[in-house]
Amino acid sequence: MNVLACIKRVPETGSKIVLTEDNQRIDAGNLGFTMSPHEECAIEEAVGLVEDHGGSSTVLTLGPEEATEQLRTGLAMGIDEGVLLETDGSEWSPRETASAIADAVDGEGFDLLIFGNESSDMANYQVGVRVARTLDRPCVAGVKSLEIDGDRATAKREVPGGEEVYELDLPAVITVKEGINEPRYASMRAKMQARRQEVETVEPERAGGAGSFEKIELEAPEEDDSVAEILGEGPEAADAVVEMLREDVEVL
Amino acid sequence: MSSRELPDAVETVIVGAGVVGNSLAYHLADQGREEILLIDKGPLPDPGGSTGHASNFLMPVEHSKEMTHLTRRSIEQYDEMDTFTESGGIEVARTEERMEELKRRVQSAKAWGEKGRLLETEEVMELVPYLNEELIVGGFYSEGAGTCDPLRAGEIMRERGKELTGGGLVVSPNTEVLDVHVENGAVSAVETDRGTVAADEVVIAAGLWSPKIAEMAGVEIPLTPAVHQMISVGPISFFEDYEGEISFPVVRDMDTQMYERQHGNDLEVGSYQHRPILWDVEDVPSIDEAPLSPTQPPLTEDAFEQSMADALEMVPDLLDDPSAGVRHEIDGLLSQTPDGAPLLGPLQDVEGLWSAAAVWIKEAPAIGEALAQWMTRGWSDIDLHGSDVNRFYEYGNSEAFVKNRADEGFRKIYGIVHPAEQWQTSRPMRTSPFYNRQQELDARFFEAAGWERPQWFNSNEDLVRKYNDELAGLLRGNEWDSRWWSPTILGEHLHMRDHVAMVGDMGFGKFDLVGSDVVEFMEKMAVGRADVDVGKTVYTPILAENGGFVSDLTFARLGPEHYRVITGGAVAGSDRAWFKDHIGDADVTLIDKSESLCTLGVWGPDARNVVDSVTEEDMSHEAFPPYTAQEITVGEVDAWAMRLSYVGELGWEIYAPAAKGQRLWDVIAEAGEEYDIRPVGMGVYGTTGRLEKGYRLYGHELELEYDPSEAGLTFHGVKDADFIGKEAYAEAIDTEDAATLCTLSVDDHTSSAGERRFMLGNEPILDSDGEVIVDDHGRESYVTSAGTGPSVGKHLLMAYLPPEHAEEGNGLQVEYMGDRYPVTVEVVGSRPLFDPENERIRS
Repeated sequence: MNVLACIKRVPETGSKIVLTEDNQRIDAGNLGFTMSPHEECAIEEAVGLVEDHGGSSTVLTLGPEEATEQLRTGLAMGIDEGVLLETDGSEWSPRETASAIADAVDGEGFDLLIFGNESSDMANYQVGVRVARTLDRPCVAGVKSLEIDGDRATAKREVPGGEEVYELDLPAVITVKEGINEPRYASMRAKMQARRQEVETVEPERAGGAGSFEKIELEAPEEDDSVAEILGEGPEAADAVVEMLREDVEVL
Repeated sequence: MSSRELPDAVETVIVGAGVVGNSLAYHLADQGREEILLIDKGPLPDPGGSTGHASNFLMPVEHSKEMTHLTRRSIEQYDEMDTFTESGGIEVARTEERMEELKRRVQSAKAWGEKGRLLETEEVMELVPYLNEELIVGGFYSEGAGTCDPLRAGEIMRERGKELTGGGLVVSPNTEVLDVHVENGAVSAVETDRGTVAADEVVIAAGLWSPKIAEMAGVEIPLTPAVHQMISVGPISFFEDYEGEISFPVVRDMDTQMYERQHGNDLEVGSYQHRPILWDVEDVPSIDEAPLSPTQPPLTEDAFEQSMADALEMVPDLLDDPSAGVRHEIDGLLSQTPDGAPLLGPLQDVEGLWSAAAVWIKEAPAIGEALAQWMTRGWSDIDLHGSDVNRFYEYGNSEAFVKNRADEGFRKIYGIVHPAEQWQTSRPMRTSPFYNRQQELDARFFEAAGWERPQWFNSNEDLVRKYNDELAGLLRGNEWDSRWWSPTILGEHLHMRDHVAMVGDMGFGKFDLVGSDVVEFMEKMAVGRADVDVGKTVYTPILAENGGFVSDLTFARLGPEHYRVITGGAVAGSDRAWFKDHIGDADVTLIDKSESLCTLGVWGPDARNVVDSVTEEDMSHEAFPPYTAQEITVGEVDAWAMRLSYVGELGWEIYAPAAKGQRLWDVIAEAGEEYDIRPVGMGVYGTTGRLEKGYRLYGHELELEYDPSEAGLTFHGVKDADFIGKEAYAEAIDTEDAATLCTLSVDDHTSSAGERRFMLGNEPILDSDGEVIVDDHGRESYVTSAGTGPSVGKHLLMAYLPPEHAEEGNGLQVEYMGDRYPVTVEVVGSRPLFDPENERIRS
């Protein structure tokens, strides 16, 4: 089977987010770039499916030339081919992105398109669903388990109190969430080889028009500067806790 | 809340709670400091500096004695805290050239008392079976190497410090320094985001942020953050059968400037091979802004590409394990200094401010200990002079210099660096007024403390032919021995002994000391008597309280309340700091004339003929006796001269304003034409002439670990006036020396390959059984200086020898590049081998 994983170059998270002076972008100078965590799972899923069922896997992204770095991460993890829909680096709306991806993959013979559930920077939750809609393929979002049997797929996702199980015909689109698998670390040799591999570059058409959002500006959430203090350990801490509750919190 | 408040005042504030700050806090407590504040802007136990991401292995054997001893002492400390694993370490060679270098490693191991031996390829493979045998020519095995846990060690040292001080050591993480207050030239307080703490002693142990803290006090610490790329690959199934963190020796793949070491189920692969990537400290992110830590930015992948290929080639089985992936990859930031060594000691422009920066994990506990000793008692057990922060004073603190040298120095890590190898960048930096003339004469310049000094003059090549017969047995055929060397030096030497030579500028430190308390002050500083007649010069040891050497220098009394101190260029910064530090409240002012005065030496049998012909003054023996100083006028140039010599010849050191230096040169050169005066280089001044005369050099023969009695420098006796180190000095004279400085000569230069080889210094001295000689204080005998003595026709070595070996005529051995050579003790003590009665100087 032929599987496509779609990813997005995003700033690394896990630390304080600093914005550029015009509040239009995240200043990733100290952060570096990565792909969204859900998308690492999309890649792992694609690689695993091809390992199990044969065929070929492709990783695709829409972004600036630098996004090749993320494609190479996918290649190093075991993906066969990389495709860059090269842009000038400006943020494309979900609709524009989906339209460009649909153009690129239509007729390429992919049995399954795997997206992350949402990107970790903009979190629009839309691209996978829009691509499915444009290509008129069945789609399940938020998938945490996927099994393929011939031209049928079984996808499960978590809901409060249980899980939903969907069966769908291939070709199909799914968006996956962290937990569906444990993404592998690329081996050193694979990383080295990935650096030398050619990546196909395509210039996509930007659709624009109705339905797209316009970004006004970004705003960093207020910092939580509360400090945790350890008052002590074991029974010896009891006095300090009592004093704290009496003097500072005034509940006793 | 009380636990978060800082004390109002403490004795010592330590900025930075990495392994250095923790060690210093503990050792200061151990040395008796009672109130110490240890702060860090990061959290504990890992505040986010280099301590948190180092690969944590310790390879003790280096070519520097100071660094080797500091690493050994650190291993002992880590081990005592149960945070050390002795895994051993192997430096593997891919080339024959590297094998030669590894022979030198064995040599250094023996000289500094470390275990170390060469391995055949098969022996390397037995110890580390996962290497690629086909690549390996051999290896150097350091059995004492291992790995440590600096974060755990830091915790233990903090706890011990708190215990020793009964809570007087306060540790405050998440506390950022906003300013360092300086009043009347002395540190007074540290201002933080949690309040201001008064202290008259502040130590900057802030790793790569140290320059920022120093800047707050208006001084400079010359280092730059530099990237060291490192990745971790795992889980590797091969390691699953082995318990614990490390079961195989750490491997340094020297020729690719990389290392590979087991860490649990992972293999850590680090590289110094990539292009230097230097950061500005301002660009290092805050803790909040850094995904991993401030000193672990993301790996620059393209820079690491060759390193990956090399590692895969050397360790293919482990790195191609299908289950293993790259789990961690960083551009680890560390502190790079202009010469690669740490930056330790008092920052002389702000009293009470200390630097403890650019320290590696491997030497940190010992540096904490040594620095604590230095701070509390004025000297340390392990001499730190090679790491003195003041060595860059007045020349090497600019950002441009630091970046240039850091860039150049980064490429030398794991490199094969010749002991005389010269820096190429930021040159010329300090040029004397003779520089243009010397360039015209095709001088080969070496650099010392930024000064461009001719090592020899290619224009003197004819002297090699002239003295062909005398030099026959002294010419060096081996490329390594003759690298950064020229036979012209020997020709220049003989010409000076036969005729006359001019030498300059030596890049001396020159300090005038004036004030109503200056006589008393100079008495306190020097072993030699200071209250001498105006016009007298005194060569004297400068000691620490332990009786060990801080320096040796010459001073002259210029007036009743005026002295001039002349000291070596490389130690000018630290000597200046030592003098300034001891002025205290005394009415003494230090005026630095190092850059405003130039020095031209004129020496040789014809020196008087040359100088006398152009001076207004009478330069006769009677009018200008040896070891005196006078003002003279040389041609048009008003100058000041001392009649003394470091090369053992009649002559003078002439000091003149730098602006008139070239005129001085021209006047002397012209007057000397009749006598075939030649400019000669520092090769003669610093080595050949010096060694024939048995003159000692600070940093080589003289250091804290030896006293004047052992060095044969007790000719001053014990003067009545008190001076620093007097008690220990007097005791040393009364006690039998554990070792005595001797001059030895090489009997046979023939190597096992049939080549004539010439030692360069730092080689171990062995007894007739081939055992390294060790004295009763545990100090190994090694070559402190090596050089050829053309006038005595021998290659000369200096070494401290214990009494049973220090006998003239005694035969010993020296190990050099894997071979042993017979040597003979020529002189015990400081008697010159050439002209022992000093008739030439007195003529």
